[in-house]
Amino acid sequence: MAHGPATLADGWRAYISRWVFTTNHKDIGTLYLWFSFAMFLMGGAFAMVIRAELFQPGMQLIRPEFFNQMTTMHGLVMVFGAIMPAFVGLANWMIPLMIGAPDMALPRMNNLSFWILPFAFAILTSTLFMEGGGPNFGWTFYAPLSTTYAPESVNFFIFAIHIMGASSIMGSINIIATVMNMRAPGMTYMKMPLFVWTWVITAFLLVAVMPVLAGAVTMMLMDINFGTSFFDAAGGGDPVLFQHVFWFFGHPEVYIIILPAFGVVSQIIPTFSRKPLFGYSSMVYATAAIAFLSFVVWAHHMFTVGMPIAGELYFMYATMLIAVPTGVKVFNWITTMYKGSLTFETPMLFSIAFVILFTFGGFTGLMLSIAAADMQYHDTYFVVAHFHYVMVAGAVFSGTAAIYYWLPKWCGKMYNETMGQVQFWVAFIGFNIAFMPQHFLGLAGMPRRYADYGLQFADWNMVSSIGAFIYGGAQIMLLYNVIATIRNGKPTTEEKTWEGAEGLEWTVPSPAPYHTFAKPPEFK
Amino acid sequence: MLKRAQALFLSLLSLVVLLPIAGSALAESPASQLNMPQGVTEVSQAAYDIHMIMIWVCTVIGVGVFGFMFYVMYAHRKSRGAVAENFHEHLGVELLWTIVPTIILIVMAFPATTALLKVYDTDNPDIEIKITGYQWKWQYEYLGEGVKFMSELRTSDDEVYGREPKGEHYLREVTEPLVLPVGKKIRFLVTGNDVIHSWWVPDFGVKRDAVPGLFTAGWAKTDKPGTYVGECTELCGQGHAFMPVVVEVKEQAEYDAWLANKKAEAVEYASTIGKEWTAEELMAKGEGVYLQSCAGCHQADGGGIPGVFPAIKGSPIALGPQIGHIAVLIDGVPGSAMQSFADQLSEVNIAAVIHYQRNAWGNDVGDVTQPIDVLNYKQSK
Ligand code: HEM
Ligand SMILES: [Cu+2]
Repeated sequence: MAHGPATLADGWRAYISRWVFTTNHKDIGTLYLWFSFAMFLMGGAFAMVIRAELFQPGMQLIRPEFFNQMTTMHGLVMVFGAIMPAFVGLANWMIPLMIGAPDMALPRMNNLSFWILPFAFAILTSTLFMEGGGPNFGWTFYAPLSTTYAPESVNFFIFAIHIMGASSIMGSINIIATVMNMRAPGMTYMKMPLFVWTWVITAFLLVAVMPVLAGAVTMMLMDINFGTSFFDAAGGGDPVLFQHVFWFFGHPEVYIIILPAFGVVSQIIPTFSRKPLFGYSSMVYATAAIAFLSFVVWAHHMFTVGMPIAGELYFMYATMLIAVPTGVKVFNWITTMYKGSLTFETPMLFSIAFVILFTFGGFTGLMLSIAAADMQYHDTYFVVAHFHYVMVAGAVFSGTAAIYYWLPKWCGKMYNETMGQVQFWVAFIGFNIAFMPQHFLGLAGMPRRYADYGLQFADWNMVSSIGAFIYGGAQIMLLYNVIATIRNGKPTTEEKTWEGAEGLEWTVPSPAPYHTFAKPPEFK
Repeated sequence: MLKRAQALFLSLLSLVVLLPIAGSALAESPASQLNMPQGVTEVSQAAYDIHMIMIWVCTVIGVGVFGFMFYVMYAHRKSRGAVAENFHEHLGVELLWTIVPTIILIVMAFPATTALLKVYDTDNPDIEIKITGYQWKWQYEYLGEGVKFMSELRTSDDEVYGREPKGEHYLREVTEPLVLPVGKKIRFLVTGNDVIHSWWVPDFGVKRDAVPGLFTAGWAKTDKPGTYVGECTELCGQGHAFMPVVVEVKEQAEYDAWLANKKAEAVEYASTIGKEWTAEELMAKGEGVYLQSCAGCHQADGGGIPGVFPAIKGSPIALGPQIGHIAVLIDGVPGSAMQSFADQLSEVNIAAVIHYQRNAWGNDVGDVTQPIDVLNYKQSK
């Protein structure tokens, strides 16, 4: 290892061993990123099947049973396979570089936490080929549809979820340990880059709620195979209990997805505004406040299950409150741009689109929090539109921005700016054509997870499908841009790729050497 | 290149902001599919009002925030010679934009609370209807009237799979709609039989989950006769999109006539239970029941789906003693998707479908199952 990482020139054996046995944070970050991109394409393929079937009323391509497997697998793969690992990959690459650490605190666990993931997804995907088909009960897998009425493959699904949970927990412990112990001298908590902050908070959320998810699937396992009745009313259990447990995990989960995305955007906007982040400490406090609130609002997903009115009111008020710290973040980003010196390279375009579209999703979130109105929105396409605005235009746009922003640092090559901007516009336009009409569909009464629909919904569904295909195409362009950059991008050796960039990651050469900060850097 | 791109960017972004405004304007026209319906009950009106308030609050905030942002993007561009300043905090504005939104939310909480209280105002109904969600149909029971029936999709598979043109009411038509009178307060008690469903009629503003083992209540009262269509809104398996809700609201006199007729039907039906049915009658009736209620899982040819739903053709239960076959239908198979049909199907229909299963597709048991056999089994428990 003294001579650096094995390359293809050292032979296949050595090259493969390098990746399988690596404990290097950059290698593991790269593995996470490529893996998540592969999952993103797979989840995207499922979405294309869904939108193709919904292009017109009637069942044309697939049967409703398979449609349900597609919506379920799309959600599971995108949440657990694409978005979460992508941000863990960014954390692996960037956190040591940002805090001036030589590596992650627990490198072997790091290797393990990545390498169990492909197995989890191989198991999950294989269920599609089993007798009775794969999971067909939605990514929220409500009992008893996911227990008594589930296909036999549900046991494999449960096992896969357990592995994913273990991977996330290990990854989070590693991040917490790294940030607590390995910061460069002089880097106090309140001087850490915001991306690091958001990730530490996310890691605490993960450690807190992944065990809850594990508990939920274990209870399912018991109900299915060992005769218990946690969620079976006939045996004295309660299907609503499942929803409480699931959403106690599920609502923090949506913030697990978005907080690191906030972090990325909080790095990029100052760079291209050439001005420090506005309201750093209020950003940290707002993130912490959001994380705290995320534990106490879960039942806003359950306004229609018939909770007592006191419960409904409480969950409504608490959910409305989340808009306050979320608003603080948006105002801070915009004020960072105010009186800056703005340029609009691809990472900035994605970040600005993030701010606008995420805020739009926040508005619909606020509308959904009003319980009386939610009785009409709930489980319609309005909700689908809401969470795609926050998760796709939020997390995925921010992840894309991160790729363009740090790619030169990772591989020492500059992407083609024109190509990057073209990709942005295709993604931006495609996204809005796909998801804006879904608001109208939902308000007009189209429920979600419908394999087929009445004729009155035909027009907007067709528009939405066209947008989805355009957005899908944008991801192929992203893949092309990344590969083209790695292969033939213009070499750049500058430490500081971007004129306005600040932070320790911009003090190491590009591409970042295999080992960095063997000696802790000076941090003023 | 970059300049043009920015202009495009700006115009598109403003589109994103303007769309909801355009949406709310269009909502006034009746044919629009853009906005929430105002509906015909107090509850739906309350939901609509608070929805519109929220849209306008969000629009005003959005126009302010995004407007400022676009101004910044235009005015403080490096290409226009902007030089960055270096400020990075200001306690005053930071407090301001924490406190002002909080106040807006507190103000919003008042109408939001009032609207929710309206949704929960289910006391003192004139009529009570128990609604049970089944895979994949609804059962309506008029409590205290002895009237109870199933309501399922009427659109044919041929329309769904494109072998026939789709009718005007595609997926919005049922065998028997729920019938309600105008001007009466109706309480819906919603529950589920197998998995969770959700009963939704947008024009009533009622969406209540149908959870097995639990009752959730909703209510409606309207002065507008008409047909109102709704949907199942909780994923409940392969037929989720195929169990619409259709409600007909009638004038009181019409409703009374309808109810009297339903009651008479119930009495007449009771007399057919004791009758001796012929094998042919049972076979013909049984096939219809089978295709409606069983074929969704066990398939039209009785072959089932390997690994998920067992075959009836050649099954030991269908070929075994009659009493065991009746037991499966009446009791269901606990812990499986095979539900009890005791409340879903009449004794006549159960007898007919058992007879059919035992004598179709080469299952030549040759015995005859009478409604009275089913009734006896039920009563023996
Ligand atoms: C201002 C902030 C937000 C508020 C007030 C809010 C509120 C809500 C409410 C009330 C629902 C339930 C709607 C229903 O099912 O009837 C919901 C659904 C959802 N939200 Fe948000 N939300 C916010 C931000 C976010 C963010 C940041 C994310 C993730 C990145 C997110 C992801 C989701 C998802 C995934 C669902 C649907 C889950 C499902 O049923 O499959 N939301 N939101
Ligand atoms: Cu939530």
